[in-house]
Amino acid sequence: MSRQGYLPLGDQLAVSAEPLVRRLAGITPVRLLLNLLGRIATGRGPVIAVPYFWLILFFMVPFLIVLKISFADQLIAQPPYSSLLEWTGERYLTLKLNVANYLFLGQDPLYWKAYLRSVEIAFFSALICLVIGYPMAYAMARADRSLRGLLLMLVVLPFWTSFLLRVYAWIGLLNNTGVINNVLLALGLIDRPIVMMRTNFAVYIGIVYSYLPFMILPLYATLEKMDLTLLEAAEDLGCRPFKAFLTITLPLSLPGIIAGFSLVFIPALGEFVIPDLLGGTETLMIGKVLWDEFFSNRAWPIASAVAIAMLSLVLLIMVFQHWLQRRAAEPA
Amino acid sequence: MQESRKPEPTAAEPWKDPAAVPYIRIQDVTKKFGDFIAVNRVSLNVYKQELFCLLGGSGCGKSTLLRMLAGFEEPTAGSIFIDGQDMAGIPPYRRPVNMMFQSYALFPHMTVQDNVAFGLKQDHKPKREILDRVAAMLDLVKLAPFAKRKPHQLSGGQRQRVALARSLVKEPKLLLLDEPLGALDRKLRESTQFELMNIQDKLGVTFIVVTHDQEEAMTLATRIGVMNLGQIVQVGTPKEIYEFPISRFVADFIGTVNMFEGRIVDEDNDYVRIASEEAGCTIFINHGVAAPPNAQLCVAVRPEKISITREAPANTAENCAQGIIDGIAYMGDLSVFNVKLDSGKLVKVTQPNLIRHAEDEITWDQRVWVHWDPASGVVLTT
Repeated sequence: MSRQGYLPLGDQLAVSAEPLVRRLAGITPVRLLLNLLGRIATGRGPVIAVPYFWLILFFMVPFLIVLKISFADQLIAQPPYSSLLEWTGERYLTLKLNVANYLFLGQDPLYWKAYLRSVEIAFFSALICLVIGYPMAYAMARADRSLRGLLLMLVVLPFWTSFLLRVYAWIGLLNNTGVINNVLLALGLIDRPIVMMRTNFAVYIGIVYSYLPFMILPLYATLEKMDLTLLEAAEDLGCRPFKAFLTITLPLSLPGIIAGFSLVFIPALGEFVIPDLLGGTETLMIGKVLWDEFFSNRAWPIASAVAIAMLSLVLLIMVFQHWLQRRAAEPA
Repeated sequence: MQESRKPEPTAAEPWKDPAAVPYIRIQDVTKKFGDFIAVNRVSLNVYKQELFCLLGGSGCGKSTLLRMLAGFEEPTAGSIFIDGQDMAGIPPYRRPVNMMFQSYALFPHMTVQDNVAFGLKQDHKPKREILDRVAAMLDLVKLAPFAKRKPHQLSGGQRQRVALARSLVKEPKLLLLDEPLGALDRKLRESTQFELMNIQDKLGVTFIVVTHDQEEAMTLATRIGVMNLGQIVQVGTPKEIYEFPISRFVADFIGTVNMFEGRIVDEDNDYVRIASEEAGCTIFINHGVAAPPNAQLCVAVRPEKISITREAPANTAENCAQGIIDGIAYMGDLSVFNVKLDSGKLVKVTQPNLIRHAEDEITWDQRVWVHWDPASGVVLTT
């Protein structure tokens, strides 16, 4: 579950799998085949098939493998899990589903605590991103037209450096002997270094810093295309500028807020690198639990169950987000 | 093309009454954007319950003037008074003025009802009163059944009426309308024009309308101010503007006109004779002109005031020329004839189609006489 691959794949699944599923449900196999052949023959087919092929090969298949492992028994073997299908008495092919892994998730408080903590950290990170990102996006959208391109580039600029490198840079800033503490000590503002590394605070800093552009970009997109005469109309009808912002601009930017919030919240939920590098024992996030199960404990079935449970959680949130966005986008 | 308004008994032509106090006073207002002068020393008085039209082409400064009245722009120089109150430094949300925007600017996330109620809510009026006034206003614009709809569920004409209702519900001292009918199709415009006039009559609000459409201005306005290059070039009733334009620009901008360049050859207090090579004849006008003798000037004659006949008129010495029919445009209610005079000048003549089918109609390439009445020509010195 690498961080780079996660976000776009999750998004694409939600967008592109929907029509596919609908089509599969509504059409008989024969018609489906004919339809498919027809599409391929028209030449539009192969073009559309490429992303489907990509998704099936690199998302659906690995997903199904993980799903399969989550129902297996843990073995000390190579691979470290049992097969689901087994011949018994040479006549019966039996499918053995081990749901104990999922039950275990509910029994051991470690897991649901990690889920809860992940949701908490992801939620508040997204909220902080919104509070910081909204004024920035607003200023960008209202800036001189010739300046907007430059500002937009500045927002995207951090992506030119490796994500890992930028998180490591924060270690250098937040350490007890890091830049911030050194400056404060030199100024005489503190006489002992403030402990920032390996705390929730550092994790929040890391996540907010890394995901802020994902909040700003959709907000900017909605604010930029807003019709400014609406604000003039509001003022003309006796509305003060700040109230006009609350009653007109804010509700109209709701689709951007929802999009930005999800773009931060969902990947932050499964974040591993930031809590691993900046967080301490108190930051028990599900991404880290997953890593430990896979690599330290070699408990692949449990780890897979953790992954599937998290994916279900994300899907649930995405369905909710989709519903929210539809409602918010209704008047457009 | 002209639907003159029936004169109102109370406020009949207050601009002619020197004792009348103007309701909106625009004094020497100038607006510059950088080096560009959008509005250049405009002075204008508008009286209570008038429906005043600012008419001009794009970029003539009419919209800027409107935005200064609404408070979206501050004049670079000069002042604006509304009902005796100086508007300098007063922000839009505190002016007794409402505006209907060209794009309507309806709030897309609010229902029709909430859009109309928005202004009243800003004034913290009691809920009951807001509901009643919104309902009354929606009745007036015939939108009561659509109160719960969102703007995107309405047609263009309905949106226009929501915008009108929203700007009228606060009963502003002055209503500004920016191209109110611009986005409507022709049929709808015509009916909406009369609706707008009815509503204005009913509520007695003073309207200032900005438009580039002269027909719209003609139908709606009590008075029209024609703007060009940031200045008001003529103010008058639709009839005055059409029949007595004071300059070539106004004559040409409003309606169609035939212009003949010429020179005064004979004049007195009650007549003037102008020799025009373009017309190929002497033009006689039955009133005096304030111009020096021998002055170069221009006579404007409207196409509907020219007659076209195959036989020579009684007096062929003046106001009369011969030519060949160069083209005919059949418009239904009238026909437009392009006549190429012997001088080479093309003249437009319109004739109402009174008979459904006439034998022996005037047709292409026929040689005809065009002639007009001594009262028809307008002398333009500028």
